Amino acid sequence: MLRFAKTGLLAGMLAASVSTVSYAKTELTMYYPVSVGGPLTKVVDGMVSEFEEKNPDIDVKAIYAGNYNDARIKALAALKSGEPAQLSVMFSIDVHELMDLGTIIPFDEVATTEEDKKWLKSFYGPLMQNGMVDGKTYGVPFQRSTIVMYYNKDLFRKAGLDPEKAPQNWDELVSMGKKLTKDGQWGAMIPSTGYPYWMFGALTKQNGEVLMNQAGNETYFDKDGVVEALEYWKSLGSEHKIMPTGTIEWGTLRQNFLEQKTAMMWHSTGNLTAVKKNATFDFGVAMLPKNKEFGSPTGGGNFYLFKKSTPEERQAALKLVKFMTSPEQAAKWSISTGYMGVSPASYDTPELKAYVKEFPPAAVARDQLEHATAELSTHQAGRVRKLLDDAIQATLSGQSSAKDALSSAQKQAERILKRYK
Amino acid sequence: MKKTNVIQAWLLLLPALVLLVAFTHLPTIKTIWRSFFSIGERTDTGFVIDNYQYLWEDDVLWQVLGNSFWYLIGTVPTSIIIALTMALWVNSKLKGRSFLRLAYFTPTILPMISVANIWLFFYSPEIGLFNTVLGWFGHDGYNWLGDPEVALTSIMVMTVWKEAGFFMIFYLAALQGIRPDLYQAARLEGAGSFTILRRITLPLLMPITLFVLVNAILNAFKMVDHLFILTKGGPNNASNLLLYYIYENAFSFFDTAYASVLTVLLLLILVLLALFQFGVLERRIHYR
Repeated sequence: MLRFAKTGLLAGMLAASVSTVSYAKTELTMYYPVSVGGPLTKVVDGMVSEFEEKNPDIDVKAIYAGNYNDARIKALAALKSGEPAQLSVMFSIDVHELMDLGTIIPFDEVATTEEDKKWLKSFYGPLMQNGMVDGKTYGVPFQRSTIVMYYNKDLFRKAGLDPEKAPQNWDELVSMGKKLTKDGQWGAMIPSTGYPYWMFGALTKQNGEVLMNQAGNETYFDKDGVVEALEYWKSLGSEHKIMPTGTIEWGTLRQNFLEQKTAMMWHSTGNLTAVKKNATFDFGVAMLPKNKEFGSPTGGGNFYLFKKSTPEERQAALKLVKFMTSPEQAAKWSISTGYMGVSPASYDTPELKAYVKEFPPAAVARDQLEHATAELSTHQAGRVRKLLDDAIQATLSGQSSAKDALSSAQKQAERILKRYK
Repeated sequence: MKKTNVIQAWLLLLPALVLLVAFTHLPTIKTIWRSFFSIGERTDTGFVIDNYQYLWEDDVLWQVLGNSFWYLIGTVPTSIIIALTMALWVNSKLKGRSFLRLAYFTPTILPMISVANIWLFFYSPEIGLFNTVLGWFGHDGYNWLGDPEVALTSIMVMTVWKEAGFFMIFYLAALQGIRPDLYQAARLEGAGSFTILRRITLPLLMPITLFVLVNAILNAFKMVDHLFILTKGGPNNASNLLLYYIYENAFSFFDTAYASVLTVLLLLILVLLALFQFGVLERRIHYR
C-alpha cells in the first residue's frame, strides 16, 4: 500500500517536472473581484487572452474571486497554503493591512527602468493616493470609481427647475430638494448601509476635511469640520425633510431612483451603465455639490504584486499590469463597465473620446477626479471602518448626536491605531 | 470471538469518527487553543488572556448578546406555536389541504439568500410591499431595516416566516402518528375538542416539541445568512447577532484570535442550553 503511494507520488512529481520543462513559460496566477453587476468576468478574460496572444511566453490564470472581501480572503488563503499567486486585484484600501501581513511589495522594486518609472507617473494623481505609502507605490489603479450624483431631469422639469442644472452646493441641494419633495417622492437620497464611510468621505471632503492621514495610523473623526459634515447629512432628513430619516439601503437605492421615488441619488459611477439601461426617464449625472470645495473619495480596486514570487514572475506580472492599465485597455474597460479610465491618456484614445461625446455622463467621474481624495484606509481597516459606519448610522437614526458618536469612534480608533505609530 | 466483535464495532464506527474528529473536534480544540495563544493575526504570543479581557470592554459584544437573546425569545416560541397551529389546521379534513401544506412549506424550500433578497424589497420604505399596504390605510409606514427600533423585529418576522413551515412538517408527521383509537375513546367518554387537544394531542406531541425546540434554538444562533443581505448587522449594530459578529471579526477585521474567543463563548452558550434542554426538559416529557 505504502509502496504504491510512493510510486504514485514519484510519478506525479516526475510529471510535474516534465510539464515545467516542456513549457518554458512563466505562469502567473491572478485573483480579481467584481463588485458591480454585469458580465465583467468576460471583459477581464478577453483582456487577459489578448495579453497572452501578445506575450506567448507568459501564461496567465485569472481567477474571479467574488467581491472585494472574498478576493482578499481567497488570495491570502492561497498564499498561506503555498498556492502560487503573483499578483491580484484587491480593494485599494487594503494596502495597509496587506503591508502589515507582509504579503505585498512596492512596484518601485520591480519597475526600475526609466520607461517603467514614467509609466508609474502616468496615472491620475488622486487614484494613486490609496496605493502610496511612505512614498512607495504598492497599488496601481485598475477598476476605479468615484461617487456621483444621478438626478431625474423629468422631475426637475415638473418642479420648475432647470434640468441642466444640478445643485452646485449644499444650500442648493436643500432648496432644490425641498421643491422636489412631495407625497411619495423624496428630494435626495444618500445611502447609509453597505459603505456609509465612503459616502461620508465625500461630505467631509466637501467640508474641507479628510478622514485619515496618508500613513493610515491617525484618524480625524472628531474634528469640527467632520462633525459638521455629519450634522449636515442628518439635517437633510431630520430638519429639511428632503430625505427619509433612519438609514437608507445601498442595495435598493438604485431601484428607488429608477421608480422615481427620489429625484436625486448619490451612488458609485459603477452603476452608470445599469441606470442608463433601465431608466424610463431623462436622467443626468453631475458632480457632487460642494460646501467649501467639491469632493468625493475614490473607490475600487488596485493591482498588487505579491512577495512570494521569482524575479522572472515579477517582471511578467509587471508586464501584465502595464498591459491591463494601458490607455487602450483602460478605455475599453471604462466603456464596458462605467469605471473610469485610469490615466489621462486613456481619455485621449479615439474609442473613449467618441464614447464620452455620445454619452457625456461618462466623463463626470473623470472631471470630478481633480477634487477627489483617498478612500478611508488605515491599519486594521475593517475595524476602524466599522467604528465610523456605526457612528454614522447611530447619528442618522437619531440614537446619538453627531458629536458624541464621532468622538467615541475617534477614541476607539485611536486605541486601535496606537500600536502602528 | 469477543475481541473480534470489539474490533468490528470500532471499524464500523471509524468512518463517522474520522469525519467528526477531523472536522468538528480538532477545529474546536484548535479554536480554544488559538483563543489563548494569539492576538490578532499573530500566533506566537505565548499564553495570554488579553482576548478574554477584551470581552468585558467590548460594548458591541454586549449589544450583540442582547440582540441574540431577544432574537431567541422572539423567534423560537412564535415559530413553534405557528408551526403547531398550521399543522393542526392542515391535518384536519378540509378541501385543498395538500395545496395548503405545500403553501406553508414553500418558504422552507427557498434558499435563504434569495429569500432575503426578496424581503429586502418588501421592507424597502418607498417601494416595498409592507409600506404600500400600510399606505392604503393611511399609515406612513416604517423604515423597516433602517430604524434601529424596528430592524431586529423585522429580521425576526422574516425568520419566523421561514422557520415555521419547516417545523410544521415535523408536527404534521407526529400528528399522523397518533393512534386514532385514542381520539375515538376520548369521544366516547364525552371529551370536547379542547380537552382532547390538551389531554391527548399536546402531551403526545411533547417529544417532537423537544426536538423542534432544540432545532429552533440552534437555528436562532446558526442562521445569519439573511443578515448579509438585509442589514449587515446595522443600523449601528441594532440587528447584529453573535455568529455574524464572529464572521465580522474573523473575515472583515482579520482578528482571528478574538473571533476564536467569541466562538468559545458561543460554544459555551450552546452547551448550557443543551444541558438545560436535555437535563431539565426531557425529564418532564412522556415518551410512549
